[in-house]
Amino acid sequence: MTPSWNLVADLRDLWSYPFMVNAFRAGTIVAVLAGAMGWFMVLRRQSFAGHTLAVVGFPGAAGATLLGVAATFGYFAFCVAAALVIAALPFGAGGHGQESAVTGTVQAFALACGFLFVALYKGFLSGMNTMLFGSFLGVTTTQVVVLLVIAAAALAVLTLIGRPLLFASIDPDVAAARGVPVRALSVVFLVLLGCAAAEASQITGTLLVFALLVMPAATAQALTANPRWSLPLTIVIGLAATWLGLGVSYYTSGPLGFYVTTFAFGGYAITRLAGLARFAGLTARGAA
Amino acid sequence: MSLRQGERAVGGDSPPPARPPDAAIRLRGAAVRLRGAAVRLGGRTVWSGVDLTVGAGEFVALLGPNGAGKSTLVKVLLGLLPLTAGEISVLGARPGRGNHRVGYLPQRRSFDAALRIRGVDVVRLGLDGDRWGVPLPAFLAPRARRRAAEDRIAEVIDLVGATAYAARPIGALSGGEQQRLLIAQALVRRPDLLLLDEPLDSLDLPNQSAVAALVARICRSERVSVVMVAHDVNPILGYLDRVAYLAHGGAATGTPEEVITGATLSRLYDTPIEVLRTSDGRLVVVGQPEAPARHTDRHGGDPRGDTR
Repeated sequence: MTPSWNLVADLRDLWSYPFMVNAFRAGTIVAVLAGAMGWFMVLRRQSFAGHTLAVVGFPGAAGATLLGVAATFGYFAFCVAAALVIAALPFGAGGHGQESAVTGTVQAFALACGFLFVALYKGFLSGMNTMLFGSFLGVTTTQVVVLLVIAAAALAVLTLIGRPLLFASIDPDVAAARGVPVRALSVVFLVLLGCAAAEASQITGTLLVFALLVMPAATAQALTANPRWSLPLTIVIGLAATWLGLGVSYYTSGPLGFYVTTFAFGGYAITRLAGLARFAGLTARGAA
Repeated sequence: MSLRQGERAVGGDSPPPARPPDAAIRLRGAAVRLRGAAVRLGGRTVWSGVDLTVGAGEFVALLGPNGAGKSTLVKVLLGLLPLTAGEISVLGARPGRGNHRVGYLPQRRSFDAALRIRGVDVVRLGLDGDRWGVPLPAFLAPRARRRAAEDRIAEVIDLVGATAYAARPIGALSGGEQQRLLIAQALVRRPDLLLLDEPLDSLDLPNQSAVAALVARICRSERVSVVMVAHDVNPILGYLDRVAYLAHGGAATGTPEEVITGATLSRLYDTPIEVLRTSDGRLVVVGQPEAPARHTDRHGGDPRGDTR
């Protein structure tokens, strides 16, 4: 398969296969949800918790496959349960870099459990690759509907709590004095983050979830400190990385997780380098 | 030796117990009123028998050594901690009831250097951060209300003199600049009472006196009552209407002339302290135990780790 470099013709070619259409639908839903949650996660300095939630999805999916249930349910069950556990830990809901070694310990144990489930389910090695590093093959229409319903519900809740959540993330003491339920919001946010991690895992794999959860938000926040711009920008960057990754992965038959991550990383690297260059330019001008 | 004595000593200079009618009128309009107040935390009485009145528009300092329960008193005024004994009213109601009329600046907050949110956004959260939902896109929001909010934010940022850097990411600002924006955040809803928990801490000397002057100016021009927790009384001494010293489980309150005397302070701190008068008539406290140096680097340590 080689691209014709005619965008319309290439897209028509891509979408002539139902599995590619489903992959684009799923990727779009996931990029929007992961972008919005990731934007708050980066502001709240809870990236480590986010990564742990994603990694917990791996034993979830492997366990579900072992039991003969759809992997989607395994992802959601384990990620949301892990979110509740982290929220119940005394430091977990506090976030803000207070995440302790306990979270890391749980993460390592979750990976080990996933590997055990894979070993118990013999002859399953390509499946493990998909769970860890993502794939666009075999996204079913049912799966797309499940992703859409959960993403819509999670985004609705996020819209409802958006402004107080931002207040509680940046300034928890003052927010609490103003009657914002800081602790409850923190628990709700972790559950939403669990949903986002479970969804993103199904596109990028559990190990590369950060491609959609952290990189777009970090890039957008490096570009602008104005939340009215950086939140929409996060979603745009996530969508661009996903669509480009899917297209290139289709034409090269290369691994999807790698391409999505590479495009997201490329955007981040260019932004930071441009920022450094501008800073150096300002300094040089200031010195001259 | 206890603060009860200190209180009596102070009381000795004040009017007799039967309050004249004008005092009663002043008290009814008081921003804060504590009578025989006590708090227990974890089985330990932090302080008891505290009487404190903050009149409308008064600038009151809450002073005392580390661990005396100054921040605890602020939390009581916010309704975050209950009294175990005594009476309290804040803005004429139970504490916590009128928190929308209270501006609060917690102790030693500094923002992560990498936090990418503008100063103006932090101020704005003081205005509407507790409202559910998300801000509407500009073209959908009611124009008049949006304009009013933006005008108020610009006005209060101008009041604290932060207009030049309010649009920069808050993490990239200096401690003094952050503190001014946080004062703007506390002021943006036109509070009747401002509770400032060690706002001068971790600032260098010029910034300490500048922020102290700013708070005093706001107290007069906006007619807001101010309760400021402080370690060092000298930067604010010239502006105070009233001081409350917390130490040894009790409090001594009165005007600065009544409380800030060598005898009272030496007794409160258990260490010899002198109060000198400079040639221009200002009081200077000498020999006050310095707070242990810490957190002078605004990026160091966890800002929420130490709360008293």
